[in-house]
Formats: sequence, structure tokens, C-alpha cells
Amino acid sequence: MSSVQHVLGIECTAHTFGCGVVSSEGTVLSNSKAEYVPKTGGIHPREASQHHAAKASATIRDALKEAGLRLSDVDAVAFSAGPGLGPCLRTGATVARMLSLLSGKPLVPVNHCIAHIEVGRMVTREEDPLVVYVSGGNTIVSAFSDGRYRIFGETLDIALGNCLDSFARSLGLGHPGVPKLESLANEGHSFIPLPYVVKGQDVSYSGLLTMAVRKIEESDPRDLSLSLLEVAYGMLAEVTERALAHTEKPSLLLTGGVARSPRLQRILESVCQEHSSRFYVVPPDLAGDNGGMIAWAGYLALKEDLTVPIETSYIRPKWRLDEVEVPWRR
Amino acid sequence: MAEMTLIKKGAEAELYRGRWQGFDVIFKRRIRKPYRNHDLDSYIRTSRTSLEAKLLSESKRLRVPTPIVYFVDLDKTEIIMSYIPGLPLKKMMPTMDETSIKQFFVKIGKMVGRLHRGGIVHGDLTTSNMIVKDGSVFFIDFGLGEYTLDLEARGVDVHLMRRTLESSHHEVSKIAYNSFISGYSRVMGDETEEVLRRVGEIRRRGRYVEGER
Repeated sequence: MSSVQHVLGIECTAHTFGCGVVSSEGTVLSNSKAEYVPKTGGIHPREASQHHAAKASATIRDALKEAGLRLSDVDAVAFSAGPGLGPCLRTGATVARMLSLLSGKPLVPVNHCIAHIEVGRMVTREEDPLVVYVSGGNTIVSAFSDGRYRIFGETLDIALGNCLDSFARSLGLGHPGVPKLESLANEGHSFIPLPYVVKGQDVSYSGLLTMAVRKIEESDPRDLSLSLLEVAYGMLAEVTERALAHTEKPSLLLTGGVARSPRLQRILESVCQEHSSRFYVVPPDLAGDNGGMIAWAGYLALKEDLTVPIETSYIRPKWRLDEVEVPWRR
Repeated sequence: MAEMTLIKKGAEAELYRGRWQGFDVIFKRRIRKPYRNHDLDSYIRTSRTSLEAKLLSESKRLRVPTPIVYFVDLDKTEIIMSYIPGLPLKKMMPTMDETSIKQFFVKIGKMVGRLHRGGIVHGDLTTSNMIVKDGSVFFIDFGLGEYTLDLEARGVDVHLMRRTLESSHHEVSKIAYNSFISGYSRVMGDETEEVLRRVGEIRRRGRYVEGER
């Protein structure tokens, strides 16, 4: 029996049903996904979960085929146990439990936020970065300290991606919102004042969204998009810069779906230059929600025997990043 | 021009130490952020400089030690203030025993209470923004402070204090926070309960919080 292990990971917290396979050497062997796109409005949890249930088996089959493995070849099944939308989490957990029963391999619950961070550390090989994790559901500035990822700053209400996507929908830009918003903003010229809300180390985006939406009627959408992005990213840059100064970490890692934003990357890179810190971005295919990252975080947890019996493999919709012990980094 | 040495490059300002009109001073200069839109940047720097100068002076009137403001230059977005020869509380905490941590945080709680009573919130209550000199605590960096009697702003202030203790000093965070609240309530009296209830709400508002923590 070879010493290389393989872990299969199931991601199912929101829009994406993902299945990925990683090896213990830190290689993503496959990373399949199916994305739920709402016909109108934002994500509908029940519809999303039905979408995921329908796409699960094909996605898993693709992932195993691409990895060149059978289900019996994997050493563990990891799944995102939270945080996320309840109906989606339940679907993902059900699928993972079944795979664990079929294969007889242990089940490993993974915190979704931890997975975003750990896959970033894996690909960048950066030991101890300050982490900026931005997506549709999360906006977190975090650093590792004494056994856990501590939260140095976060949103007090809605997430950055949620704010930008909602605004993009109000403009009728459709899905995916952020890239379309950014190309529109590239044509903007004048700055429209919008509420810039930084409270200590935390940011608040809900008032910004409300005001931006309210100004749609009276403003040039290009200028408004430019201004919204400047304010939203500027707020994040400010708390990031302060966390960098406070924690004195040698580098910054940008992860999560919104990490794909070229404009945000430029801004945070500039922050890093001012503090002589190295800047890393998770590659695009691992930035958004995906099964590969769950598999990798699952492998790290498996090494510490953090498996769970099927009977108690509960989902945790409100599982905070800073509640999770991280023994593999002690 | 006075002689100046850069002593700290903070997140939004550069701090220089030097002499000015015979005084030992700190020059706090808010620097332009290349990543920020020019209009937004000018607005943030000017308004924060002017507000911070006012808050520093006003706090002293509420018996909360702060540096003395000597001069404000809005064109350079610079405040010239007295230098406090002490150490940041963040650096001193690891060497302090439980008794002095308790004493300090009761004192800090009272100071924050006096600010809140007087209509000021600090906006960034971290242990890096507290300087200890001869047993007294000086609050610095009112860059995110505001004039308000708003319950929400008070709650955020206390919430940030708690969060800083948990993230940077978690081994003593409970003792320190409880002492802080005991000092705070001595000044705030009956209003304390309302603020604490709001702190709990703010904490739960963070989107993913499991139960009451």
C-alpha cells in the first residue's frame, strides 16, 4: 500500500455543488462543480439544494474519473459542514454520508472558511499569512494565533460579494455581478460620495448598498459603479492595512470568490507594498467555492483523526471560523 | 523645519517624533493612500484629522488622559501633539500579573464610561491605542472616534474592546473584560445594561454566530 493518501471533498454551502479529489502531497487531482444560477433575484436556498441534489452524482462521477480513482480508492470523505445555507448543507452532508457508507471510509466534517484559507496556504506554500477572505457570504480578515484562526475584522452585516452582487442585480447586470460591475466601473470618471463605514476593525456594507441603489435613478451607472467599488474595496483595504500593521504578518493571502477581482487584487497589492509584505492570491479555479479545498482541509483534519461518526455528523449553518481548533498548525 | 524621526508607519498615518516650539512632540500625518480614489482620500484624511484634534482635546475635559494638541495643519493633514513617554498596553500585558490587569481594566472601563457619558466614542479601542505612563493610561488615536450618544456606537466601542482582548490577549481576556465592565458600569450606572445588551446583539449580528457566546 502506497503512503500517498487521497481524500474526496464535497462542497455544498450555497451556489455551488463541488466535488474534488486531492492527494496527501498537496495536489488537486480533480475539481468538478455545478453551479446554481437563480432565474431572478438572489439565491433561493431550497431551489439551490434541489439543484445540488440533481447534479451530485454526475459531478462526483466526473471528479473520480478525472482523478483516475474509484470510490474505494479514496481514504476519506470530507464535506463542508458549515457555515452555509441549511438546505444546501443538508444535501451535501447526505451525499457525503452516503459516500462514506458505500466506501467504508471515514467521514470528515470541514469548516468552509478554514478550507478557503488552507487551500490558499497549500498552493502558495505560505506558512503564516494574514488572510483576507471575501465571498458572497463572508468578509473576514483573519490571522492564525495560538491554535485558531482569529478574526481581526469582519463585516457587521452583509458580505462584500453580497453587496456588489445585489447592486449589480439592481442595475440589471445579471450574473456574475462583480466582473460586469468592474468593467462598467472602468468607464466611470467622477466620484459620487457614498457612506464609508469602518467601525474599528470591522466594516459595514448594508448602508452603502442601500444608498448606492437609491442613487441609481439620478446617477450615471458607470460613475456609480466606480464609486461603489472604490468605497467598498477602500473600506476593506483600510481594515486589512490596519490588521497587517497590528499583527505584523509577513504576507497577505487573498482568498474566496471575490479574490478573483483584478481591482481588489491591485488595491491589496498596493497595501502590501506599503508594508513590505508579500502578496498572494488564490488561483481563480480555487478561489470560489469548490470541492478541492474541502478535500484538502479534510486531509489536514484526517491526519489529526478529526473524523465523525455518521450518527453525529450534524451540519452547522452558523459555524464561525474562530470556533475551530486547528491542531495541524500547532 | 523641525527635526523629525519616523517612529511608526501606521495603517493610515505616519508618526514622527521631534521637537516643536521647545516641546517633545508627535507629528501625526495622515498620508495619501495611492489605492484610494483621490476625492474619497482627501475627504477621509481632512475630516478625520480635524475631528481627531477636537476629540483629543474634548476627552481631556472628561478626565480621560490624552496627548495635548499643539497645532493642527489641515493642508498637510497633520496634528502636532505632546509625546507620551510610556509603553503601549499591548506590549505590557504579557508581563502583567492578574491583579494589575484587573486594576488597569477597571480604570480603562471607567475612562471609556466617562467618554461615553460625555458624548464621545473612541472608535478603535485596542490595546495598541492605550499608552501606560507612571500607572496612568493615555488614550491615543481617535482617528475613528465620533461625537455621539448613540447606543449603537457605544456598543461597537465595547464590542471592539472585547474583540481585541479575545484576539490579542485571549488567555486573560475574560478577567480583563469583566474588570473593564465593572469599571465601565461604575460610571455608566443603569445605562450599562442597555449597552451590554447591544454588545450582545452586535456580536450575534456577525453573520455566523452559533448560539449565545
